[in-house]
Amino acid sequence: MPRAATNDRTELKSITLDAGGVYYKDLNSQVRGLIDEGYEEIVLQGVNGQRYIGDGLTQKVKIIIEGVPGNDLGAFMDGPTVIVNDNAQDGVGNTMNSGKIVVKGHAGDVLGYGMRGGRVFVLGDVGYRIGIHMKSFKDQVPVIVAGGRAGDFFGEYMAGGVLVLLGLELGDSPLVGSYVGTGMHGGAIFLRGEVCDHQLGSEVRVYPLEEEDRCQLEGLLAEFAEDTGADLSGVSLDDFVKLQPFSHRPYGNMYCY
Amino acid sequence: MAGNMVTSEFLVQVDHERCRKCKRCTLNCGFGVFDFKDRVTADTSKCVACHRCVVFCPEEAITVARNPLAFREHSSWDVDRRKAIWKQAQDSGMLLTGMGNDLPWLNVFDHLLIDACQVTNPSIDPLREPMELRTYLGRRPDRVEVERSDGGFKLDTEVGNIIKLDIPIMFSGMSYGSVSINVHKSLALAAQRLGTVMNTGEGGLHEELYPYGDHIIVQCASGRFGVHSEYLNKGVAVEIKVGQGAKPGIGGHLPGEKIGREVSSTRMIPVGTDALSPAPHHDIYSIEDLRQLIYALKEATGYKPVSVKIATVHNVAAIASGIARAGADIIYLDGFRGGTGASPAVVRDHVGIPLEIALAVVDQQLRSEGIRNWVSIIAAGGIRSSADVAKAIALGADAVGVGTAALIALGCRLCQKCYTGNCSWGIATQRPELVGRLDPDWGAERLVNLINAWSLELKEILGALGVNAVESLRGNRERLRSLGLDEMTTEILDVKPAGR
Ligand code: SF4
Ligand code: SF4
Repeated sequence: MPRAATNDRTELKSITLDAGGVYYKDLNSQVRGLIDEGYEEIVLQGVNGQRYIGDGLTQKVKIIIEGVPGNDLGAFMDGPTVIVNDNAQDGVGNTMNSGKIVVKGHAGDVLGYGMRGGRVFVLGDVGYRIGIHMKSFKDQVPVIVAGGRAGDFFGEYMAGGVLVLLGLELGDSPLVGSYVGTGMHGGAIFLRGEVCDHQLGSEVRVYPLEEEDRCQLEGLLAEFAEDTGADLSGVSLDDFVKLQPFSHRPYGNMYCY
Repeated sequence: MAGNMVTSEFLVQVDHERCRKCKRCTLNCGFGVFDFKDRVTADTSKCVACHRCVVFCPEEAITVARNPLAFREHSSWDVDRRKAIWKQAQDSGMLLTGMGNDLPWLNVFDHLLIDACQVTNPSIDPLREPMELRTYLGRRPDRVEVERSDGGFKLDTEVGNIIKLDIPIMFSGMSYGSVSINVHKSLALAAQRLGTVMNTGEGGLHEELYPYGDHIIVQCASGRFGVHSEYLNKGVAVEIKVGQGAKPGIGGHLPGEKIGREVSSTRMIPVGTDALSPAPHHDIYSIEDLRQLIYALKEATGYKPVSVKIATVHNVAAIASGIARAGADIIYLDGFRGGTGASPAVVRDHVGIPLEIALAVVDQQLRSEGIRNWVSIIAAGGIRSSADVAKAIALGADAVGVGTAALIALGCRLCQKCYTGNCSWGIATQRPELVGRLDPDWGAERLVNLINAWSLELKEILGALGVNAVESLRGNRERLRSLGLDEMTTEILDVKPAGR
């Protein structure tokens, strides 16, 4: 059974759980129990692949994860802040509504699928199918920032929100794969570096940054650096391009009646 | 050049002798057929035969007739095919349509007959004896252990969440956006009164319907519209929509015209943008991925039952087995006659297999693997009457879903023009003046009337079969016989031919 220890080091009502060897279902139910008891910060130590941490939680709590959490971290999440001091796996922030996830290593595929609000910051690389069908609504604008590179289908079907890819420490590898923004009909993608036409979906075009883009990006990068500890001293806003769809209705002419 | 080569399908005739110029028809037609200058004029090319004008004309002055225009007969080039080519040669693009498959494919239900008792094993009179229609949906344990405890018995096995329905009939998923808010309200009110459930479809749940959560299954589809923690927890179960009978394997495009303010805030997307549902869920590329999403939803809802809705396609039995093993509690089979608000006609009419056959093979497959108790099966997409309900249950369904039949009860004339958003009956539309025509209380009453009538008929059928619970009919194919089906189909259905 996990060991629980109350932490005094923060002003938050905080507790540390040893997650080592605990089945995900038990772990998540303990986390929910602790939140019900009023804990505002929960540190999970020895996490090793447990799925669904933070899934469906609506309270504004902070969950700090030591170790590598399993798939669907923060799925359907609506409020909490989750800090991962290591890598994360697939499905981070799946259909997330609000809150924040910070991954201080790499993250896997299908990150932020259908995400509708909140932020996901990943210090390192991200996998395939990132930010698919992200959408924004009113003041809810989801943001994903990744410090490294990304695979294919980045921002596919994107309907709103902001995707940023920084390509830090890229070396010779490409910044992003193919099919970027395929089917995109809303939102914006910011890439630090060049993309070739053959990498782009046919619904997007490359645009230069406008003043308001620069403002937005500046704010996001500062927040990203603070949360992840990334060194952005060499990053200039002049190196970015913006990808946007040229229609909110890419398939409007596909039908006849 | 010639104008529109596609000749009018229907002719609208106004009897000006009878007409008293009340102009009701001009207001009632959602498709803009009527105009009034001195007298009523009708643009027949716009008529879809939705009959709104006919029903609301106080003088019975309007008739709608099929255009008798003669075409030279040709057995492989029927008129509809010629018209399709004219339209596509003119506007290009895929032909769009609404409602279910309208091609005259073999209807298996109409080739199945139900048994009855005679002389031995007497039939039961449902008017005198209780007839149980109650139905439970969800995963059953492989075995139950019962413990004796002071005088009584105590269940010693943990049983998961189970949904209780008073009747084996529920309302199928129809999204708010494709249908109007008043359809959703009618369905929710009726589901509550009938002791059954409605299904949100993929467009989220309007907040006004939150109080009916105990009678609602909420859907999570590939577009994830309006899906958030609160929504997921409002219903009695969550349904992952993988496929739809009317458009297996393809996504959905709700046109921007239908995304007004209210639909926008329920779907949580901006007004006027197309709501695009990707063809697959991009977090489900395998059975393992499906399992992952099923359990993500269970974790988010305190382990409510999860249903997985699929279109009935060729390999449906193996797919269903995978779904059961992935941890689903309910498998919702949507047959190739299932309805839609909008689908390319080519997909609606030519993709998928009949519900009846899919149902039979899924039930058999799960039985042969010894996992039938793991899931409940809902059969939908082609249920037209209580006879179809009884036959579907005998083929292995735990319950059925009705969509088109419910809309017909609300006034739908099956004009198949749902994708235009002009539904004169206030059903498949978001135009406020049209939506207001459907009064949810009236709608709910019609739905309750219909389903109660079917329930009575179902009890009558059960009584004739000599059983007193719908449970005794479930998967009981011995009580079905086929008539006029080929040998192979009869064998696949695992029923005997009439006379055997
Ligand atoms: S509804 Fe009937 S009576 Fe009234 S204007 Fe139209 S055709 Fe004439
Ligand atoms: S719902 Fe309306 S538009 Fe669709 S078929 Fe029925 S009457 Fe026609």
